[in-house]
Parts: sequence; C-alpha cells; structure tokens
Amino acid sequence: MTAAVSIDDLVVDYDGFLALDRVSIEIASGESFGLVGESGSGKSTLLRAIAGLAPVSAGTITVNGQTLAARYRDKAFFRQVQMVFQDPYGSLHPRQTVDRLLLEPLAIHGIDNAEPRILRALDEVGLGASFRFRYSHQLSGGQRQRIAIARALIIEPSILLLDEPTSALDASVQAEVLNLLEQVRRDRQLTFLMVSHDLGVVTHMCDRLAVMKSGRVVERLSSGDLASGKVEQTYTQELMVASKGFVRRVIAPAPAG
Amino acid sequence: MSQISETPVLSRREWLLSDRPQSRLQARLGRAYMTWRRFSSNRLAMVGLGIILLLVAVAILADVLAPHSPVIGNLGGARLLPPGSEGYLLGTDDQGRDILSRLLHGSRLTLLVIVLVAVIAAPIGLLVGAVSGYAGGWVDAVLMRITDIFLAFPKLVLALAFVAAMGPGIENAILAIAITSWPPYARIARAETLAVRHSDYIAAVRLMGASPFRIVLRHVMPMCVSSLIVRVTLDMAGIILTAAGLGFLGLGAQPPLPEWGAMIAAGRRFILDQWWVATMPGLAILIVSLGFNLLGDGLRDALDPRESGQ
Repeated sequence: MTAAVSIDDLVVDYDGFLALDRVSIEIASGESFGLVGESGSGKSTLLRAIAGLAPVSAGTITVNGQTLAARYRDKAFFRQVQMVFQDPYGSLHPRQTVDRLLLEPLAIHGIDNAEPRILRALDEVGLGASFRFRYSHQLSGGQRQRIAIARALIIEPSILLLDEPTSALDASVQAEVLNLLEQVRRDRQLTFLMVSHDLGVVTHMCDRLAVMKSGRVVERLSSGDLASGKVEQTYTQELMVASKGFVRRVIAPAPAG
Repeated sequence: MSQISETPVLSRREWLLSDRPQSRLQARLGRAYMTWRRFSSNRLAMVGLGIILLLVAVAILADVLAPHSPVIGNLGGARLLPPGSEGYLLGTDDQGRDILSRLLHGSRLTLLVIVLVAVIAAPIGLLVGAVSGYAGGWVDAVLMRITDIFLAFPKLVLALAFVAAMGPGIENAILAIAITSWPPYARIARAETLAVRHSDYIAAVRLMGASPFRIVLRHVMPMCVSSLIVRVTLDMAGIILTAAGLGFLGLGAQPPLPEWGAMIAAGRRFILDQWWVATMPGLAILIVSLGFNLLGDGLRDALDPRESGQ
C-alpha cells in the first residue's frame, strides 16, 4: 500500500516551546489512523501542521507523494485534504446559511453543478433539503457537526483530518456522528487521521494508532492490541485506566480530629 | 368547498418566523424580520426612525411644502418678521426670506451631507480596518499609524484645514468631513476583525483554499458591518454639527444656499432682538441630531451580533 500521509521528523516550535518533537508517522491510503494522548501532547498540533496552520521548523510532510512546503498550501492540496474541527459551535460562520456554507468551497474551487452537489452533500450526512436555508444557530450541535462534515466532503477530498470531531457532543449524538464518519469512509475509501483523547472512540474507529506525550510519539499500536490490553508503555496503561472513568475506591474513614 | 391543499397555509408572520426556510429569500427575510421586531419594540428608536423618515420626506417634497422661495425674499415688506406673522409661520430673516421655506429646502443639503459622508467614509474605514486586522504584521502597523495621525487632529480643525486648502463650498465640506471621519470606523472594523480572525470558522474557510482577499471580503467584513452601521448612525449627529460648524464659519455652503449652519451664522448678528432667525435652524439641527442618536441606539440593540447570533 502506498502512503497517503507520511510525516518525517516533524518539529513544531512555538517560540522555544516544542509542541512537536521529531514526530514520524506513516498512514497508508484508505487507512484510519488515530492519535491519542492527554491535553497538550501535541496531537492537534500535528493536524494543524499538516493543514498549514502551525509553524513547522523542521521535518517533512508528504501527502499523496508530494512534499509540502513549511507553511504554504495551494488549492490542489485543499482538494485532497480537508479538516473537521472539534467545536461545531465555532466552526460554522454565524451569519451564513447552510446553503452559503456549502456553496463556498464549490465557489472557491470553481466546481459547477452546485445545486445538485449541495443537495447530495446534505443527503449524505443524513440531513434533508429542509436544512438547506437554516442559519447555524437554528441547528443543534450534532446537526452542526454534520454540516461541517458535509462541507469538508463536498469537494471530494481523499484525506480527512478529524480534530476530536465528537468531543463537544453528548454521548448519543457522538455515536451518530461516528457512525456517519464510518460510513462515508467506507463509501468513499477515505483516509482518516483522527485525534481523540477518548480511547474508546479510537479503538472503534481506527485500525492503528499512535500514543503521544509531550510532543513525542511514545507508542504505536493496532487497535486490536489496545482492546486486548497489549501495551508496553506505562503511559499508555495510565491512559487506559483514565479512560475507564472514575472508579470509586473504598477509603478508610479519616480519624476524627 | 373542500380544502384541496393539505399543507396548512401559513400567515405571513409564520412564514417569516419559520425555523425551516424553504428558500434563500425566506431565510434572509426571516432574519431581517427578527431584527425589525427587536428594533420596533424599542419605542424611542421608533421615534428616531420617525424623525429620520420625516426628514427624508421633507427633503423630497420641499418644493411642494415650502410656501415661499428659499432664496428670494421680500426686502420691502417682510424683513425680520417674528414667528406667527401672517404667511410666515416661523418668521423671516434679514433679507425677508421665509425661514420655514429655507429650513425645508435646507433639509436636502443636510441629507446630502449625511449620505455622501456615510457612503465615502464608512467603506474606507471598513476596508482599512478589516485588511489591517486580518493581515497583521507590518501592514497593520502602517495602516494603523496612518489612522493614528488622522485621529490625532481634532476633527473640525482638520476639516477646516482641508476646506481652507481646497476652497469653501458644500462639496469640499463634504469631502473634508469624510476624510476626517473614517479613522474611528477603521478602528472599530479592526477590533471586530481581530476578534474573529482566529475563530474556527475563518480557519475552516482558509482550509478550503480561499484567498485572503476572499476571506476578508466575504467572511470577515460581514461580521464588522453591524457595529459599523451603529457607529455611523451615532456619528451622524456629529457630522451634521460639523457641517453646520463649517457653514457657520463660512467655509461650508455658500450664500444663498439655505444650509442650517450658515443660517445660524447669518442670524448671529441680531440674536438678542430677533432671536428666531438663529434659533429656528438651531432647533432643526437639534431635532435631526436627536433623531439619529435615538435611531443609532435602537440599531445597536437590534443588530448586536452577540445577541442576534443565538
């Protein structure tokens, strides 16, 4: 299999703070790759670096065989790579209808047949044509994220960057959006690079994953390994314990003072 | 008669307030209607709007409404008549001209000044501010220092200098006021731009491959427009006063144009004995300024993006 995204010794330096420290990963075409780690471990920075939103100071990023410049991305790149943001309340323009939001990428890339494409995109994410002329404040969180996904998919990219796409949604809506993402990936043979702090989501969605801590990849696993608990690093084990949630322990009553 | 259509027929109000609009037009009208409802619930703002609409109506119908000519007076029989004299409701000035007719025709000049200043100054300010805020770096520094230089001068003094250099006249006065009133708009537009430039929705448009030009024009500027409209409306009173001030100093409209500021200046010489000559145009300026201030306050409440966003 050819590599859809290949990252080699990538360093992102925010004024002396190393957000990414020589990170290398390789994602095969059609694969779903997960990045997990605690807050501040650099997993979102990696996505932003690929998208050209973070200052890359060393290393190379190669997408579909083309090595990218440190900062500049051309239009052809954005037709291959699209991103879905974490917060659906912040990623849709508050003054634009769904129609305008979906029309914009088509207009930018000069794609014709806007009308049927918008209707198809809405249909694909499970929202009917009745949502077309609503403003984002007339939509729920899950509906907004569906629109954000529709907007990313409408220019038919081959790689989708997902920055914690469900962490701002409640549990039942999370499952809907994850199923939707699963389905579009299967239908379109997309490559996913998904960031999450939720090990359950990553195990469910991804074939392979990398565990990140303080800007470094500390462990690479398959989701099968993670599910069966075959992990080597203590940090990964800690993450697994943490992801099981709050466990009530019996605490001896403190002596009255 | 049997009902043929199965879908319930919506009243116009329900159609506007529908949360699932069927067309671009309906979505836009619905949003405008919501703004109008917020605006019209404010009674003082409606008074302001009434005053401004009255001003527009008077300016359009001045020829019909005015009982006398605004420039040709009756020097022989009607000099400095007090208000309430026969045929002269608001009295006459020192040239025997009917003050009411002059005020009615002067509304055209006032409206001309306001509209032209708004049309020239607001887009300049919006463009400078949005570009400066979005680009950042040296572009921001250069544009904002230029803005600072303009802001460092008192508005009227700078306008005076311009008019003195270009020669007196209503056109030059308008130009001078426009040149001196854009810097605050640039500041506002820049502040709004800084607030939205790092938001996810701007990043999302950038990730679609939009050019900076397109982002500023189509995504950043619409976010600045409402606070700018409010500010321009509130500034209208100041613009009228500046125009009147230039007129008063003889640098604005030239005689015999019935500009309100120039009329006050003409009445200054006999303000103690024939008070109405200066007072009537003063009242007109007061009422129109008040109208714009009330309108601006109402617009601020109605257009506030923080409230209308949700």
